[in-house]
Amino acid sequence: MIDLIHTYWLYFLVGQYPQGPLGGVALTVLLAAFALLLSMPFGLAMGLARTSGRRALRWPATGLVYLVRGIPLLLVVFWAYFFLPSVTGHKTDQFNTMLIALVVFDSIYLGEIVRAGIQGVPSGQYESARALGLGHGRAMRSVILPQALRSMLPSLVNQFVSTIKATSLGYIIGLTDTSFIATQINTQVFTKAPQVYLLLSLTYFLLCFGLSRFAFALERRLGRRTSSPSPAAPAGSAA
Amino acid sequence: MIEFNNVNKWYGKYHALIDVSERIGKGEVVVVCGPSGSGKSTLIRTINRLEAIDSGSITFDGEDIHARGVDINRLRSRIGFVFQQFNLFPHLTVLQNCTLAPQAVGGLSPAQAREKAMALLGRVGLAHKADAWPSELSGGQQQRVAIARALAMSPPLMLFDEPTSALDPEMVGEVLLVMRDLVRDGMTLVVVTHEMGFARDVAHRILFMDQGRILERATPREFFDHPQHPRARQFLADIRTPNTAAD
Amino acid sequence: MPGFDLALLLHGQYHDWLVAGLLVSLKLAAVVLACALPLAIVIALLRLAPHRALRAIGATYVEVIRNVPLLAHLLFWYFGAPELLPDAVKEKLYAGNFEFIAAAIALTLYAAAFMAENIRSGIRAIPAVQFEAGRALGLSFLGAMRRVVLPQALRVTVPPLLSQAIIFWNDTSVATVIGVGEMMYQAARVETATFRSAEAFVFITAAYLVGSLSLTALAAWVQRRWPVRTF
Repeated sequence: MIDLIHTYWLYFLVGQYPQGPLGGVALTVLLAAFALLLSMPFGLAMGLARTSGRRALRWPATGLVYLVRGIPLLLVVFWAYFFLPSVTGHKTDQFNTMLIALVVFDSIYLGEIVRAGIQGVPSGQYESARALGLGHGRAMRSVILPQALRSMLPSLVNQFVSTIKATSLGYIIGLTDTSFIATQINTQVFTKAPQVYLLLSLTYFLLCFGLSRFAFALERRLGRRTSSPSPAAPAGSAA
Repeated sequence: MIEFNNVNKWYGKYHALIDVSERIGKGEVVVVCGPSGSGKSTLIRTINRLEAIDSGSITFDGEDIHARGVDINRLRSRIGFVFQQFNLFPHLTVLQNCTLAPQAVGGLSPAQAREKAMALLGRVGLAHKADAWPSELSGGQQQRVAIARALAMSPPLMLFDEPTSALDPEMVGEVLLVMRDLVRDGMTLVVVTHEMGFARDVAHRILFMDQGRILERATPREFFDHPQHPRARQFLADIRTPNTAAD
Repeated sequence: MPGFDLALLLHGQYHDWLVAGLLVSLKLAAVVLACALPLAIVIALLRLAPHRALRAIGATYVEVIRNVPLLAHLLFWYFGAPELLPDAVKEKLYAGNFEFIAAAIALTLYAAAFMAENIRSGIRAIPAVQFEAGRALGLSFLGAMRRVVLPQALRVTVPPLLSQAIIFWNDTSVATVIGVGEMMYQAARVETATFRSAEAFVFITAAYLVGSLSLTALAAWVQRRWPVRTF
C-alpha cells in the first residue's frame, strides 16, 4: 500500500494537472467549496421565503423543498447532464454540470439551515424589534439574521462535508474527481483493488472527519450543545 | 390619547377580550391589574398591534390603529413598549441597542442618535455601561436599558407589560424608580403589573380586569380601600402583602 | 428534441425496463431497511454502553462510515472486497447477482450509521432519570433500555427515522454505479437506446417523488396519531 501512495500520490491529489484538467482531491474540494459559496445567496433567499409571513412566498418555497428533497441528487445531476446542453446551446462540461446540480441541491439544504437558524432566535427578539418601529425587512436584517447566522455556523460546516461527499457522484458522469482518479489507478495497477479503494475511503475520511471535528469545535466555542440532528445537513444526502 | 371602542378578541374559541371600552387621556398613568389569564397582557399588546383584534376599534391620537393600510411602523415608533423579558438584542452593545431604532426609523444621524442614547442611559443610571454587552448586565440593568431603548424614539406613550415580573426581588426597586421618574415628567403610561405599591403611589387610575373584561375602574385610593366588584375584592384579599396597609 | 411521448411510458419494451428498475429499487430499499434497522439499534446501544471500549467501537463505526461517501462504499464492496476472497468464491460471486448484494451491504452499513445516530438522539431525548429509575427497580442495562427507555424513545425517533428513510430511498440510485439494474440504471439505458431522455427521467422522477412524499405523509400521520408525550 505504501508504494501505491508513493507512486500515485500526486495524480491522486491533483489529477493530470498541469498536463490536463484539474482532478483528484483538489478538484473535489474546489468543486464543493464553489458549490457551497454559490448556493449561499439562494439558501438565504429560500430560508427567508420559508419563514415569511406571506403565503405567496412560503408555499412555492415549501413546494420546492419537498420536490428537491424528494428526488436523488444523482437524478438532478442526470437532468442537468442531459438537458443543459439543449438549454444552453452547447455541450456543458462535467464540472459545470455537477456545479449546477450541487448548487440546486445545496441551496435547498442551506435554506433549511437558514430556516432553522431564524426559527431558533427567540420570538421576543422579533417582537421587540417591531415594537420599536422597525419594519419587517429591517428587523430581519439588523436583529434576527445576525443572531441566526451565528448559530448556523456549525451546520454550515456540516453541509460542506455533505457537499464534499456529494461531489463523488461526478464519477458517474466522468468527472475526474477523487473517486474517478482512484478507479483509474485501479485499472492501471489492477492487482491491488482493496488497497486502492481503502485509500480512497481513507482520503474522504480524513477530509470529512477533519471538517466534522472543526464543526464540533465551532459548536462548542459558540456555547451551544448539539441537539438532535438538524433536519437538513449531516444526514447522508445522496453520496 | 387612547380610546378602546367595544374591542373583542378571540383566540380560536377562547374569548380573550370581551367588549372592552375605555379612554386613556394624555398624561395619565394607568395601571392594569388582575389575576392570571384576565387578558391584561393581551389588552396592552393590542395598543401597538402586537396582537390583532377581531371587532371594535382602538384609536391612538384619533387614528384607528387596527385599520388596513395604517403605517404600523410609524405608529409603533410613537409608542414605547417594555417587555417582561427585556428582549435586548444580544448581538449589539447596550448603546447600539438604543441607537438602532433612532437611526433606522427616526432618521437621526449616528452622532445625534449616540448623544440621545447616552443622555437616556444616563437618566436610567447606566451611562457607564454603554459599551457593555447585554449578557454582562443583571436583569434589573437590562430592563433599565430596555426602558432607555424605548424612550430613544421620544414616544408620547409608554407601555409596560409586567416589567418587573421576571426580576429577582432586589432589582425590582431600581426599575420602579425609573418608571416613577417618567411619571414625574408627565409621560403617559399604561402599566400591567403586580406591584401594588407602585400602583397605589403613582397611578392616577387603576383598571381591574378579569376573564377578558374590565370589571372596575377607580382611583388607587378607591380601589385599594373600597373595592366595589366582588372579584376585585377577592383579588385584593389574595394578594394582600404585609407592606400594603391593611384596613 | 421531438415531443414528449407518453406512450413510451405506458407500454412496450422501455416501459418494462423502467418498471423492472422500479421493482429493483424497491427491493433494494426493503432489504436495506430490514437489515439496517437492527444493526442501527445495536450500534446506538453500543454508543450508550457503560463500557468505554464498547462506546469506542460504536463511535468508530459511525464516524468511519459516515465520513466516506456512499459511492466510495459501493466501489469498495464491489471492486475491492472480493479481491480479498479466494479465487473460486470470487468467480462465483461475479457470476451471480453480486452487484445487488454488494449494493445491499454498502447501503446497509451506510444507512445503519445514520440511523444509529437518530436512535441515539431519540434515546438521549428521554431524561436520564427514566433509565435510572429502571435500574433502581433492579433491571439490567439492557432490561432498563428495553422496557423503559426504548418504548418512549420510539415515538421521538420515528419521525427522524422516516426522514432518513426518504434519504435512503433516494440513495438507492447511487447503486447504478456498480451496475445494479435499478431505476437510474434503466433510465440511462432507455436514453442510450432511444436518445429520448425526458420520458424516462420523468418516470423515475415521479417514482422517487411518490416514494418520498408517501414517507413524508406517513411521518406526519405518525406524529399526529402517536404524539410525543412529555411531562
